[in-house]
Amino acid sequence: MIDPVIASRLQFAVTTIVHIIFPVMSMGLAPFLIYFTWKDIRTEEQVYRQLREFWTKVFAISFVVGTVTGIVLEFEFGTNFAAFSTAAGELFGGPLAIEGMMAFMLEATFLGIFVFGRERVSDRLYMLSSVLVGLGTWLSALWILIANSWMQTPRGFETVMESGQPVVMLVDPIAAYANPRFPWMYVHMQNAALLSVALFMAGVAAYFVWMNRDTEFWRKTMKIALAVLLISAPFQAIHGDAYGRHVADTQPQKFAAMEAQYDTDSSVGLKLLAFPTSLQDITDPRAENLFVIELPFVASILASGGDPGASITGLNDISSENPPVAIVFWAFRAMVGLGMWFILLAFWGGVRWYQGRLFDDDRLAQALAASSLLGIFTVELGWIVTEVGRQPWVIQGVMKTSAGVSPSLTGTEALITLAAFVGVYAALLVLYSYVVTRLIREEAPTRPATPAGDDHQPGATIPNDD
Amino acid sequence: MIDAIATAPLAALADGPLFGLPLTRLWFGLVFAVFGTFLALDGFDFGVGALFATREDDHEREQLLSAIGPFWDGNEVWLVVFGGLLFAVFPVVYGNLFSRHYLLMFAILGSLILRGLAPEMYEQRHDRQWQQYWGWAFVGGSLAAPFTLGVFVGNWLFGVNGLASAASVTIGLAVVALTVVDGAAFLGLKTRGNLRQETRIYGHMAQVAYLVLAVVGLALGRSVAHVDVTAPTTLALLGSTVVLAVVYVLASRRGRHYVAFAAVIGQVYGLVALVATLLYPWVDPAGGLTAEAAIVSTLPLNLTTIGSALLLPLVAVYFVVLYSAFDGPVDEGDSYA
Repeated sequence: MIDPVIASRLQFAVTTIVHIIFPVMSMGLAPFLIYFTWKDIRTEEQVYRQLREFWTKVFAISFVVGTVTGIVLEFEFGTNFAAFSTAAGELFGGPLAIEGMMAFMLEATFLGIFVFGRERVSDRLYMLSSVLVGLGTWLSALWILIANSWMQTPRGFETVMESGQPVVMLVDPIAAYANPRFPWMYVHMQNAALLSVALFMAGVAAYFVWMNRDTEFWRKTMKIALAVLLISAPFQAIHGDAYGRHVADTQPQKFAAMEAQYDTDSSVGLKLLAFPTSLQDITDPRAENLFVIELPFVASILASGGDPGASITGLNDISSENPPVAIVFWAFRAMVGLGMWFILLAFWGGVRWYQGRLFDDDRLAQALAASSLLGIFTVELGWIVTEVGRQPWVIQGVMKTSAGVSPSLTGTEALITLAAFVGVYAALLVLYSYVVTRLIREEAPTRPATPAGDDHQPGATIPNDD
Repeated sequence: MIDAIATAPLAALADGPLFGLPLTRLWFGLVFAVFGTFLALDGFDFGVGALFATREDDHEREQLLSAIGPFWDGNEVWLVVFGGLLFAVFPVVYGNLFSRHYLLMFAILGSLILRGLAPEMYEQRHDRQWQQYWGWAFVGGSLAAPFTLGVFVGNWLFGVNGLASAASVTIGLAVVALTVVDGAAFLGLKTRGNLRQETRIYGHMAQVAYLVLAVVGLALGRSVAHVDVTAPTTLALLGSTVVLAVVYVLASRRGRHYVAFAAVIGQVYGLVALVATLLYPWVDPAGGLTAEAAIVSTLPLNLTTIGSALLLPLVAVYFVVLYSAFDGPVDEGDSYA
């Protein structure tokens, strides 16, 4: 029978990989919805009402699926990782409890008003509801990432042995919860959510532009999303760059895995593009074997914050147990590569917008439409780097993942639920995609919202309305 | 310097319980109170879901969905808060209890997924087949969730180590019956006319079933050492449940729907209080853990206490705002989607 440790890890991977899609959607959409609601109330332009109503529907279904998949994650700590929960509950339980009361409650209650209450409450309370729902989604991420970042860079605790098991005692809550990783992670994640949703909105809008079905609704969506993309895409790269330096400082093993650096070396170049020259390079990438296009000294400069001769500690000099280097190395490369593509897309769109030809460039529209889901995919890659990169530790340097699994769990039990989750979550993804696609095709305004004069025929040259 | 100022009061928090309060007992009670709030509020969502099976008419089905539409998500978050607080305050129990009832936990979570998803899907398309399937899924999830939750509570209380026992299955059925009463009482507030009258009859039947099942469940579990069914608190709670059941039946007949609903909410808290008082001082009898042994250490306990004291009253305000925004029966124009 399957090892309960492997099954639990796979199950947690499946359930988080699916779950994260929905919070990304709700956290990314929230600021847009606040803006649409504000414009709708202030200007009473029809297009803003349409934008608010339509994207609220997408938000609502994302929120519901995010709720039901998120509850699973919370309880999985108890069911599958009981030893971890028992050992680290002192530090880990508090943030989850506060998250529930401070954030999840805020979102879930005011969402009721935001989705169902437009006709029942005053403009003021409605506006407030949109803000509180958005605030709730961002506060939720704050507490979840406090808990997660503590596992990456644990601080403010003491380890004592209780009946042969390490138990983590909270000593300094400020050091623990404001741990060094937390601000990096939070900024990177929230901006990633904004970027992903902006790309999704721009991509869907671009599809309608490409099909010559671009009503004012879709044009407005595309412009607003592109504006957000123009800021968030370059910001993610600049911030990510500094984040990498921080990882090199605090989790050298993860950084070495990201760079497939086995031997400690000085004056290391940044592998901008890496090409495998054999199958072995894919499954077991090693820096010295890869054919790479690299920026000389840059990895050293990054890791040290300016010194081109700085040395990077290799995996061989850190520990005998490495994370699965291939997964971390390639996921990191793919994430960075896609991030560069998003910047290119954003500037391409920005130039066309500046030229007044935003809706005339079919290639741009096709590229955006094809990229609409890539932002969310890139978030998954980033989390794979983060979570696989810290293995074999569940709490970096303190507790191994294999030691965190429930002692009473049997392989049969774990296999039953793993198989069930693979089936149920695949079905959830299909249903969610179906609902969102159906909303886009059938519920988005297909008629121009502006007076008849602004109408245009499909296929006709579209005048720019800037 | 700044560090010293910031950490001085925090260091004091590690010295002893906040204001010398009996925090272990308070938290034991509060964790169950939060679970009771979840069961009372999401209970009516489950009950409405079960009563959905008795409605054929599309318009009536829409009204049932609209009645719970704005509320169910917030109600379910009480389960998340229960889990979070149990984790924060009794981390050993969180690990032990949930991993011991592994398959049952996932049965609960699976039921909740089905119940949450089904109404959303139901509204997506209006063809008969589709709505029939998702209608069944909604009913199934709404029955399975309270049943599995009830079995879990029964296992917890009676210290069952396998999948379930006769006593815990009976408690599961009792919880299903109680949520149907809860749903019918809630529909007393949210619907009118025929729909209200017909669901009330189901509510009354479920009320009788609940009383019988709860007593049978306790009788079956009475052999377990710590389950003292003749203790004064047990008898008092059982007695008040019978009184509240009578109040519910009479009040709902006379159109006093708020009184009827309050009487059902009282019964839900009564059930959870009964479980809590039978358990105490154990918090996980099968795991051999008393509340004193399982409580988290002083510093995190004090922090969670401060956080909860600040946040739970705020949460209460959110619920008041939400429920007053959607006060009264569902309007003809209110649609679920």
